[in-house]
Amino acid sequence: MQAAQLEAPPRSRRALATAWRDAGVPTLATVIAFGVWEAACRLFDVPSYLLPRPSEIWTDTIEIGGTVAMHTLATLKTVFLGFLASIVISLPLAVALTTSPATAASVYPFLVWTQSIPKVALAPILVVILGANELPRVVITFLVAFFPLVISVATGLMSVPSELIELGRACRASKWSELVRIRLPYAVPFIFAGLKVAITLAVVGAVVAEFVNADSGLGFLIQTSTAFFKVPVAFGALIILSLIGVILFQAVVVIERIFFPWSSANSTAIL
Amino acid sequence: MAAGMIALEHVSRTFVSADGGRIEALRDVSLTIGRNEFVTLVGPSGCGKSTILRIVAGLILPSSGTASIEGSVIREPRPETGIVFQAPTLLPWATVLDNVLFPLRMMNRMSPDSAERARTLLKLVDLAGFEGNAPRELSGGMQQRVAICRALVHDPDILLMDEPFGALDALTREEMTLELLRIWSERRKTVLFVTHSIPEAVLLADRVVVLSPRPGSIARVIEVDLPRPRSFDQEGSPAFQGAARQIRELIFGQRHASRAA
Repeated sequence: MQAAQLEAPPRSRRALATAWRDAGVPTLATVIAFGVWEAACRLFDVPSYLLPRPSEIWTDTIEIGGTVAMHTLATLKTVFLGFLASIVISLPLAVALTTSPATAASVYPFLVWTQSIPKVALAPILVVILGANELPRVVITFLVAFFPLVISVATGLMSVPSELIELGRACRASKWSELVRIRLPYAVPFIFAGLKVAITLAVVGAVVAEFVNADSGLGFLIQTSTAFFKVPVAFGALIILSLIGVILFQAVVVIERIFFPWSSANSTAIL
Repeated sequence: MAAGMIALEHVSRTFVSADGGRIEALRDVSLTIGRNEFVTLVGPSGCGKSTILRIVAGLILPSSGTASIEGSVIREPRPETGIVFQAPTLLPWATVLDNVLFPLRMMNRMSPDSAERARTLLKLVDLAGFEGNAPRELSGGMQQRVAICRALVHDPDILLMDEPFGALDALTREEMTLELLRIWSERRKTVLFVTHSIPEAVLLADRVVVLSPRPGSIARVIEVDLPRPRSFDQEGSPAFQGAARQIRELIFGQRHASRAA
């Protein structure tokens, strides 16, 4: 048996070792952390309204599984719509920012202004203006998520080596084909860096919006369950929220790897 | 030089810097380059070598004087020129073949035989078989060879090279110098080649144009009287040594003189 192990090509063993390091170790660490949490709560007899045990969180959340699923879908809807709005608005905005110093100078103050307003303070005002529906939630999610995306896309568009721009000019390329054939593709790694930040912020934005105005969603669930001291359910919602954040982030990573392999190969050092 | 391919007449160029100051990059440069001639530009850093190149490329306009190609004044980039920069600056998302075809795509000049043309060029620089590779999979020298193919793909009459081998290691640099001579012997072009390296300037050129420090002006034009095909063995020959010594004196002599002044 030992001989067979030795004969295994070193490459696959190394792959196994990397897989263990990348997936095995984090999983094990998470399981241990939850184990310690459970044991500590039992050992010191911590009341569940202060810090519920993981097992309690699990059973209480599963008990109202259907409701939790409904709330999760509501939050996901807000996250997606807000994220989509961020992309649709950030890309042209970043292009506008980089086309001329004059547009940059006129748009930047507004951008910084929207960022300096506390979104939690803005949320109730938006509800008054836009009504108690999905729209103010999407707008808040967008306002929280779009800024880093605009900045990273603009940075990407500006980071094209001047020689490539000169090459484009030497080929007498129009501004449009310079943008589409040189600047935008060049910015792809930056765009994805921005998307990764934006998707995580979109989850935060959606919850902020739900705290202020919602009749469903995980943020709403946390508020109502804490009001009735159903702390395990609130923790359950919290864990689902963090899972949503992680899964959506990874989804962006996977999309980048599949559709822009050269981009992720270049940017692995950054993110 | 009746058959002037490129003609610069009393070309001056002044740049305005960010703080509003004026920088005189070139002063009264007149130069005629014949068809299929290989001319190298040497001079200290910041003497305006690249500015001359970009004026011929049509990327920069002269502040005064005229630059023309075959008698017509250069007012914008022209299809007769191909340009190679110090960095290969290949598109990281495109394959080697698509990188070579890139100028044709930008100029909307793709034709059914374009790909075949690109393949032939890649074969010329010993890169047959790498058409489908990504630029990052190639070494620096190989990437620069792709950049040379990219500059040649639209079959320009003039090849402008801005320190194309400056970023390469010394051994690759010598190899690429010979490679370029071989390509030039197979595809005759008018070449304007900017370099910092005196041996490179001498070995490549029919004529070496030595520029003085800023504001750049022509210190002297030196004819290189070496038989072709050239090789690094000729570095020991008296003609090579003589030309190299003259260039060195022009560049460093001036520097010492200006320091003494």
